Amino acid sequence: MEVGWWGVLIAVLGGAIRIGTPFLFVSLGECLTEKSGRINLGLEGTLVMGAMTGYAISLHSGSPWLGVLCAGLAGAVLGALHSWLCSFQRVNDIAVGIAMMLFGTGLAFFLGKPYIQPSAPRLPSIDLGGWSNVPQLQAALQINGLFLIGIVVAIALGWILKNTSWGLKVRVVGESADAARALGLPVDRIRLLSTAQGGFLAGIGGSYLSLYYPFNWSEGLSSGQGLMAVALVIFARWQPLACLWVSLLWGGAAALGPALQSVGITYGYYIFNAIPYIMTLAVMIITCSPRRNLLGAPHELTVTR
Amino acid sequence: MTNTVPPDLEVLGMTKRFGPLVALKDVNFRLRPGRFHALLGENGAGKSTLVKCIMGYYHPDEGKILLDQQQVAIRSPRDAQVLGIGMVYQQFTLIPNMTVLENLVISKAKLSPIINWREEENKLTQFMEKMPFKISLAARVSSLAAGEKQKVEILKQLFLQNRILILDEPTSVLTPQEADEVLGHLRAMTRAQQISVLIITHKLREVVTFADEVTVLRKGQFVGSGLVSDLTVSQMAEMMVGSEVTARPKERHTSSTKTPKLAIHDLRVHDDAGVEAVRGLQVTIHAGEIVGVAGVSGNGQRELVEVLAGQRQAIAGTILVRGMPFEPTREQIVRHKIYCLPEEPLLNTCVGNMSLAENLAFRNFDVEPHAVGGWLIKHHMIRRSAQSLIEQYNIKPPYPHLPIRSLSGGNVQRAVLARELSDGVEILIVANPCFGLDFLATEDIRLQIVAARNRGTAVLLVSEDLDEILELADRTVVMFNGQLVYETTSSGADLALIGRHMTGHAA
Repeated sequence: MEVGWWGVLIAVLGGAIRIGTPFLFVSLGECLTEKSGRINLGLEGTLVMGAMTGYAISLHSGSPWLGVLCAGLAGAVLGALHSWLCSFQRVNDIAVGIAMMLFGTGLAFFLGKPYIQPSAPRLPSIDLGGWSNVPQLQAALQINGLFLIGIVVAIALGWILKNTSWGLKVRVVGESADAARALGLPVDRIRLLSTAQGGFLAGIGGSYLSLYYPFNWSEGLSSGQGLMAVALVIFARWQPLACLWVSLLWGGAAALGPALQSVGITYGYYIFNAIPYIMTLAVMIITCSPRRNLLGAPHELTVTR
Repeated sequence: MTNTVPPDLEVLGMTKRFGPLVALKDVNFRLRPGRFHALLGENGAGKSTLVKCIMGYYHPDEGKILLDQQQVAIRSPRDAQVLGIGMVYQQFTLIPNMTVLENLVISKAKLSPIINWREEENKLTQFMEKMPFKISLAARVSSLAAGEKQKVEILKQLFLQNRILILDEPTSVLTPQEADEVLGHLRAMTRAQQISVLIITHKLREVVTFADEVTVLRKGQFVGSGLVSDLTVSQMAEMMVGSEVTARPKERHTSSTKTPKLAIHDLRVHDDAGVEAVRGLQVTIHAGEIVGVAGVSGNGQRELVEVLAGQRQAIAGTILVRGMPFEPTREQIVRHKIYCLPEEPLLNTCVGNMSLAENLAFRNFDVEPHAVGGWLIKHHMIRRSAQSLIEQYNIKPPYPHLPIRSLSGGNVQRAVLARELSDGVEILIVANPCFGLDFLATEDIRLQIVAARNRGTAVLLVSEDLDEILELADRTVVMFNGQLVYETTSSGADLALIGRHMTGHAA
């Protein structure tokens, strides 16, 4: 039984990476969007649209990486659309986000009907566990390239926000649209680009779902990762690198149920599967108390005003 | 900084209309190089409009701007900046969550794609050494006091090498000491011919103490200008207001008995960020007394008023009304007649889209004669009551059916005061009642407050305007960092001492 408990730990860590990767991309996308002062709830729809696009392009072209790129582009288009709609007077980004979420998922289901049956080429994984002869460890260390790219993006995004003029402009727009206008910055254009880039990342997150894990295209593919990203970003205090750790935490929490099942603990399986949702709920309750503001939150966000 | 003098700025025949309203009519104005010029006028006199036309925020309908006798076109604040004209706004345009360094760097017109923070910091440190006031570059703006923020705004304009500085009511958020310090530095720089300064103000004291020249606007028109040394204070006041009106001393009756009506013990309140904003506040207010709470905004005044108005919960402490513990329920508010005129009443205590009559009836719409049995509303009775309040308090325009948000600031203030006073108020909480109001409205509101006091009401007056407190209050207390740190009778008040306590620099 001793090896079994190690197995649980290894499975949770492996699951953290495997399940956490889409969380990572979508939360980085949400983080960038929110840094510019808007919330994009539509990322849930972007994720599904990205999954469908990635799968379809991979199937047609035979190249899963081309699928990933196109998924990102589809996400960028949806992000730009969200931002464009929000740039009108008296338009609320939360309401537009909900509409975009329904639009994205609906469009993906509509366009994706023909792709439910056929099997597309899968994204390759990198075997980092070859040195070991423990099968659980080998399985856990099968890492997808997108995870490594995600780490690079998280580090780069943090650096860009701090050290480049583009990053500084995004933060100014997110902190105070008035100040940005007084500085002569094009507020709407900066938000458009940020939201589109955020959509690009979320689209890639979606393609990971359909092209690597769980590796299929179906209407029940996403399970709310796009919405949970909002809570993840709050938990990560709007810091890209923290998004990495938080995504791994959520991924690990989601992997706990299956990992316990693998050692024969089936008791409370559904409760364990619900852990990520419970954590999301807890973060929202703790941070959204009417008595305090969110420390570190971009000041222009509607939830903090 | 270069050795040449700042440019000579001249405005000729400027007119600006907003629909049917003429905000600015054929105004001439000249800011000579190296002068400290004050633009004086009441609210709505067109001062801000004129300045915004110069800055390129507004596009004037007629008139031109000359810089060193050359006509220039200023279409946006960016154009103004290229010409060396910079403005410090009344609301700070600094980004609170960023450091001073970041704020100064972002203000530059050209940013390199990758920012070398160390180099920027070195450059700015050198720049700061040449400046009259020092601010830590690493400080987060949200942690700075209002006076320091004002200094950063000014530093930003100097850093951008602007030679003409326009300041819109720069001292409205400062203590007297902070104001004197900032204005003194600016004057020294004008004397050295480094910059020209134009300040918008309605404080005659500042004009007399610091300005070389003054231009007065009234109702959008040029009234006069001249050297400050050639004019008396009453001449300037008369130019500003029109006829010779000055603040009349309000008639006061002093009651002989001292009955405590409102007593606050050890009150502790959190602000929105969960930080203690009111820290163990004690105060007792008696019948027929106005207690004025002076202080720089952000020292817990807002939270204090919100607790008394029932908009925020205290975390500790007791509020006793006539000796009984008070909870701000509707039932207790009516029983004790503890009413409130908070700041920005349109946002804080009105429903903008509901009618004036409905807003006036918020306190008593469900009691006789406005309702039958506490639930069936009689609209004609509400309208009738509104009519009499409108007449009594001189609310304009006098139509009960208008949505209250269509009224001017002064009339919203009058309406809320009418509602809060009409039920024979026992305890009145007032916050910045005359902020942004013109002379007549201000006089009206202040008379009503003193009249309530004379009828035996206990009044807590929270204001950022020290002159207002000294004019109205019987006792003045200073609020700093969530506590009352100083108390004086208003008749024996020492302005300098109050100012020191407001900044926490009391000896």
